[in-house]
Amino acid sequence: MTAFGADLKDREVPGMLRGATAFTADISLPRMLHLAFVRSEHGHARIDSIDTAQAAAMPGVVTVVTQEDLAGALMPMPCIWIPGGVESHFPPHPYGVPGAGTVLADGVVRFIGEPVAAVVAETVEQADEAARAVVVGYTPLPAVTEPQAALADGAPQLHEAVPNNLNALWTCGNAEAADAAIAAAEVVVELDLYNQRTINNPMEPRAAIGDYDPITEEYTLYATTQSPHNHRFLLSALVLGIPFNKLRVIAPPIGGSFGTKGYLYPDMPLVLHLAHKLGRPVRWADTREGLMRSTVQGRDHRQHITLAGTRDGRITGLRCTSYANLGAYPSTIGPGVATALMGRSITGPYEIASAFCEVHAVFTNTVPLGAQRGSGRAEATMITERVIDLYAREIGADPADVRLRNMVPPDRFPYDNGLGWTYDSGDYPAALRRALELAGYHKAEVLRREARERGKLLGIGVGSFVAICGVGPSTRMQAEGMLGGTWESANIRVHPNGEVAVTIGSTSTGQSHTTTFAQIAADELGIDPAAIVVTQADTRKAPYGQGTYGSRSYSVGGPAVAIAARQVIAKMRTAAAHFMGVSEDLIEYADGTFTVQGKEDAAKSFQDMAMALWYGWSLPPGMEPTVDVTTFFDPPDFNYPFGSHVAVVEIDENTGQVEVVDYAAVHDVGPVGNPMVVTGQFEGSIVHGLGQALMEQARYDATGALLSADLTTYAMPRAHDLPPLELDRTVTPSPHNPLGVKGAGEIATVPVTAAVANAVCDALRELGVRHIDMPFTPEKIWRAINEAKG
Amino acid sequence: MQISLMVNGVSVETTVLPHVLLVDMLRDTCGLTGAKVGCGTGQCGTCVVQLGDRSVKGCQVLAVQADGAEVTTVEGVANGELTPLQQALWEEHGVQCGFCTPGMVMALTDLLEHEPAPDEQAIRAGIAGNMCRCTGYGGVLRAVRKVVGGKP
Repeated sequence: MTAFGADLKDREVPGMLRGATAFTADISLPRMLHLAFVRSEHGHARIDSIDTAQAAAMPGVVTVVTQEDLAGALMPMPCIWIPGGVESHFPPHPYGVPGAGTVLADGVVRFIGEPVAAVVAETVEQADEAARAVVVGYTPLPAVTEPQAALADGAPQLHEAVPNNLNALWTCGNAEAADAAIAAAEVVVELDLYNQRTINNPMEPRAAIGDYDPITEEYTLYATTQSPHNHRFLLSALVLGIPFNKLRVIAPPIGGSFGTKGYLYPDMPLVLHLAHKLGRPVRWADTREGLMRSTVQGRDHRQHITLAGTRDGRITGLRCTSYANLGAYPSTIGPGVATALMGRSITGPYEIASAFCEVHAVFTNTVPLGAQRGSGRAEATMITERVIDLYAREIGADPADVRLRNMVPPDRFPYDNGLGWTYDSGDYPAALRRALELAGYHKAEVLRREARERGKLLGIGVGSFVAICGVGPSTRMQAEGMLGGTWESANIRVHPNGEVAVTIGSTSTGQSHTTTFAQIAADELGIDPAAIVVTQADTRKAPYGQGTYGSRSYSVGGPAVAIAARQVIAKMRTAAAHFMGVSEDLIEYADGTFTVQGKEDAAKSFQDMAMALWYGWSLPPGMEPTVDVTTFFDPPDFNYPFGSHVAVVEIDENTGQVEVVDYAAVHDVGPVGNPMVVTGQFEGSIVHGLGQALMEQARYDATGALLSADLTTYAMPRAHDLPPLELDRTVTPSPHNPLGVKGAGEIATVPVTAAVANAVCDALRELGVRHIDMPFTPEKIWRAINEAKG
Repeated sequence: MQISLMVNGVSVETTVLPHVLLVDMLRDTCGLTGAKVGCGTGQCGTCVVQLGDRSVKGCQVLAVQADGAEVTTVEGVANGELTPLQQALWEEHGVQCGFCTPGMVMALTDLLEHEPAPDEQAIRAGIAGNMCRCTGYGGVLRAVRKVVGGKP
């Protein structure tokens, strides 16, 4: 059986191709009402009054609510990933957990788009019109949108409980050693870099439907959530204050997430509360403009890095200071993402004796910060890979050679990076060499001359990375400040005829789980994947799981499936030995059949055993009937996929237009269960990264107004932006799970901005340009060229 | 306003307010939720349907403008079996989360009906108005190349 490793077509796709797949906003429940938000028009303002009378009297309007109406009913939202091991400050929550703000604004609005009131009406249109008729009286307050400005004396203060807007000053590594390395270094290179705020923009805006059954007193939430179990726990215990048993969360098919749909949002408790109060289901479906003003945003670190090295290319120290812009409230896991995932990753795939990173996590009057594909690791990779290029230029060395010289050698694993990560396995130089080969790196000078003859400036840039994935050992995550476990689970139920139901705790957002998890189970069980149905995403049916984020589903939940399948076969083996009257150690299992060594004629198929266990007749003493196994996998450590990208860009000097003319990418995610699916993840990740490198930026003005608040003002890659891609993989299994697999969903985004930035800066080097911040828009490049030329 | 039109071969007679968008009428009145509302500003293409013999963005056309017309949505594009384009999108993994897919299918169906042998530039131009955040467009383009030339 070789389902694992085959390009099986995604079984969910035919429904999508026919338009039959019902996403959350496609679901209508009988007697359903519609909710619309009144959102803040100010970055920072005091709410003096909310006049709902006119709105409440409009046709079809059922109710209008403000925070005053919710005060006794809904607690504030919680934050569950606090920067570990350091003092931190959060808005309050009655249970003493870190608070993340009230469901609706509590008298002050702190970001544009913050929900101030909610209108419920018979139709979407009536709700929207009435929301426009709610009159909110504001007194604008001074706003601050930049983290360093927010820390300064006299800066506007966002939260009473958070002095100087500082959520946490988080550090990792050894400051004294890093400083000593810098003081003693032959070469010191410094760089300031802004990793700009981005908007993930999955194509599906978020949506939520609340329903309440007065007979069973059960609430049901249908929502665009990639963590239904976790959200059930948080919503029932910490926001609604209802019994766990009275909340069911269902995640319908999700139209992309890239990190944004793992967070709790105010709409979730609100539709549940209102469904209960009004006795009718309530649906809220966001618009694109609403998404851009209220769904968590990404990146946004202002960084300074200092690299110490020798004249002959050995990096001896690294020190990074980063100011992370958390936005107005802590998102559910935002503060942890901005600190640990970034800070512990700054040494990348390199052996650097002394390193230190500090992150100032700061509240500002912007949309709350969350995760964007590759979050934390991409920001770390960007600045380290940029400063390595500058270092290479400083000592007159080739940037690729400097990387090869400093990479952790393949015989050094497990490798402690000194910042908290212990890399599991890999051959980092091999992946870089392969990427260089694919991109024709050695012919750079020839390509440069050819481009020059066509009037173009050509640059080649490398981005190498290692990305922590597979969050994670629960006890380790406790130390990182995560309030909750980070294991995954699987249930395998064998039907009487030998067909199989696999139910997984995690929930996909477009990663083909129902196909790829069936492939794992098929090989372990020795049966055809077509005989396996995979179910997910309903807390009433699925075993507990923590959700899909940080490229963890396949590398934490996948092993849970494999372990459960092995337990299925172990039970069947015991029963088969019993029925065939032989000792269990004589039983062999292959290709769906239990055989006995030396007895050609004795055999029991998987289906035979399924039926025998279903009947339960004459089972071995003590054996329970049927096969129904649930396992929980809490990995012993994270896993660390890695790789290298090489970007070749051409710049038109007259227009500043950057074109990516060639792009090579080599990844190692361990063994791959479905190469077609994984290639799709890589391609999508790369183009996502190109978006940030070349065009995307969420821009705020000084009052906190979002200037790029729709798709006409926020550019994203289109089909013509896909460059020629040359992909390859190396395969190094991780020792941290029984399949050897590593995270794959987001990792290819991690080095893209670095590779492109290095290529752009390489192209402009001859003009004397040292560094430009993203995004590399034609205007910015044109200005840089013209300033350089004087 | 009273309008009558054919939607996926079925006659629809309904009353709509003059400002109602075609995509909203299809979703709310006809119950055809295949076309999505991804942006509402004509940028993303998740709402593409066919009006007469050309594709349109359903958020840029009023329902009343479809009075008397034939409208085809993604639900009506295939007759039981997947079309060769849909089949190729499946085989080449041109679909991940599936939210942009209905619009992609409709835009590409239009392209292939009017230009059966598009070159690479024409294929990309054919979906220039359709955003996908998952695939990076690789699988989509391979699928169209396969339909047009037999190879991805």
